Amino acid sequence: MTHRGLVLPRRKFLTGAALGGSGLLLSGCDALTENAGFRQFLRNGEALNKGAQRLIMDRSALAPEFSAADMSPTFKANGSVTGDTPEYNAHVADKFARWQLRIDGMVRKPLSLSLAQLMAMPSREQITRHDCVEGWSAIGKWRGTPLRLLLNQAGMSTKTRYIVFHCADMWAPDVPYYESIDLIDAFHPQTILAWSMNDGVLPIRHGAPLRLRVERQLGYKHAKYVMRIEATDDFKKFYGGNGGYWEDAHDYDWYAGI
Amino acid sequence: MEQAELKPGDVIERHRLSTRLWHWTNALTLLVMLMSGLMIFNAHPRLYWGQYGANTDDAWLVIDDAGEVGFVEFVGVRMETTGVLGIWKDPEGEVKRRAFPHWMTIPSGYDLQAARRWHFTFAWILAVALMLYMLRSLWNGHVRHDLHIGKREWSPRHIWHDVTEHARLRFPTGAAAKDYNILQKISYIGVIFILLPLIIFTGLTMSPAMNAAWPILLDIFGGRQSARSLHFIAAFLLVAFFLVHMAMVVLAGPINEVRSMITGKYRLPGKISPPFEPELQQGEPV
Repeated sequence: MTHRGLVLPRRKFLTGAALGGSGLLLSGCDALTENAGFRQFLRNGEALNKGAQRLIMDRSALAPEFSAADMSPTFKANGSVTGDTPEYNAHVADKFARWQLRIDGMVRKPLSLSLAQLMAMPSREQITRHDCVEGWSAIGKWRGTPLRLLLNQAGMSTKTRYIVFHCADMWAPDVPYYESIDLIDAFHPQTILAWSMNDGVLPIRHGAPLRLRVERQLGYKHAKYVMRIEATDDFKKFYGGNGGYWEDAHDYDWYAGI
Repeated sequence: MEQAELKPGDVIERHRLSTRLWHWTNALTLLVMLMSGLMIFNAHPRLYWGQYGANTDDAWLVIDDAGEVGFVEFVGVRMETTGVLGIWKDPEGEVKRRAFPHWMTIPSGYDLQAARRWHFTFAWILAVALMLYMLRSLWNGHVRHDLHIGKREWSPRHIWHDVTEHARLRFPTGAAAKDYNILQKISYIGVIFILLPLIIFTGLTMSPAMNAAWPILLDIFGGRQSARSLHFIAAFLLVAFFLVHMAMVVLAGPINEVRSMITGKYRLPGKISPPFEPELQQGEPV
């Protein structure tokens, strides 16, 4: 025997159960996202992606290059659109005439090179696609000095495992942008320090005077406003210890091949 | 037991263990992939065709907000979606200007990196499980015996007959319900051998490293932004499949159907009764 007040119409029950279920699922997923152990589990994706991509990809496999007809009409500028330090602004004022790139760390012969000296070195031109972690892409033409030429000139120590790029854009007091790549990408033929974009001088919003291109990874690895290049055995020594500004500030993957 | 002897009410072994394991792995994995994927989409809620695409380029799908109005713009046609898409309130009542709302995404708040971690880790589960299931199904005869569409079934008359029977919600009974019908076969083959591979390979095509490793991916899908659009369309088709799948399970007898996907045992249906009792008696003393 049932009574009016006790009967829960099945449809209402099912709807309620479904809504409650999805609510539980959502808060459950959010709780898992915050859980340290589960975060560690989710990091397996990054490790698998890096391992698998390095396994199937030749070290020197080139990122696709495009023709001038394929170029984006407007190349979106994202992240910092200028350097932020008084020194950087002074360099902008005199058109980077007294600016010098430093290359140091675990090298036998630390270097300081002016923009004119960099531009006098052999350079590479490439029309490539820039992929933002957010999902958009833009195709542009870059010309710059291959990073491997600079590293060879400075004479890397055999202990070197990573190359760290120190940048002039500040994201908070004492929080400059920086990035790091390993030697596979550092010696890749398309890895250049670009000083020209779309046949002109590299614009400030795209990282003047010098911007890294590391074409097989996502946009946040392509450090702008590069002031100093440091060879190191471990990127954990720098800043937040995760190898880059976005890696430190927002837990982005260090390997950004996907 | 001879097939001819099967009658409504008989309990048969319907689903193999591999099918049941893969089914539930997929149910969980695809839900996580969809919801984390929608969060990733929120980082740039615009879709393009071709190699490149960013804010100033022509998009065929945009979800955005303008003032107090949320909207979806599909090939230039704008539909207002305030409250659901483009602009909505989170559980604390705070107005958010993002494409997909909190209840559709993992995580529920905006967190691109966390969503990417969920997406890529579960992508491995999806891809490895699909590969194992394909191999197992080829090996154990599932493809040959259960999914293969025979010559007779391809006749337009036969297909039309099944379509009209489905439209009248008249499903096979007794021995005829032992095997998948042509519409089931087409949907399952479409999901296993077309949609899931498509969504995996368009996903890989968005990876700059994969473009260097396998440049042919860009030629197949017509560019990274085309691949991103196709990835979204494939996800949409999988949601459509899921909705029809759910409707069919409910109409064909949800308890029997769900049980068969858990234990493998399936009771051959007779006349299918309506899924819900009429609500008329409710409140009446029984």
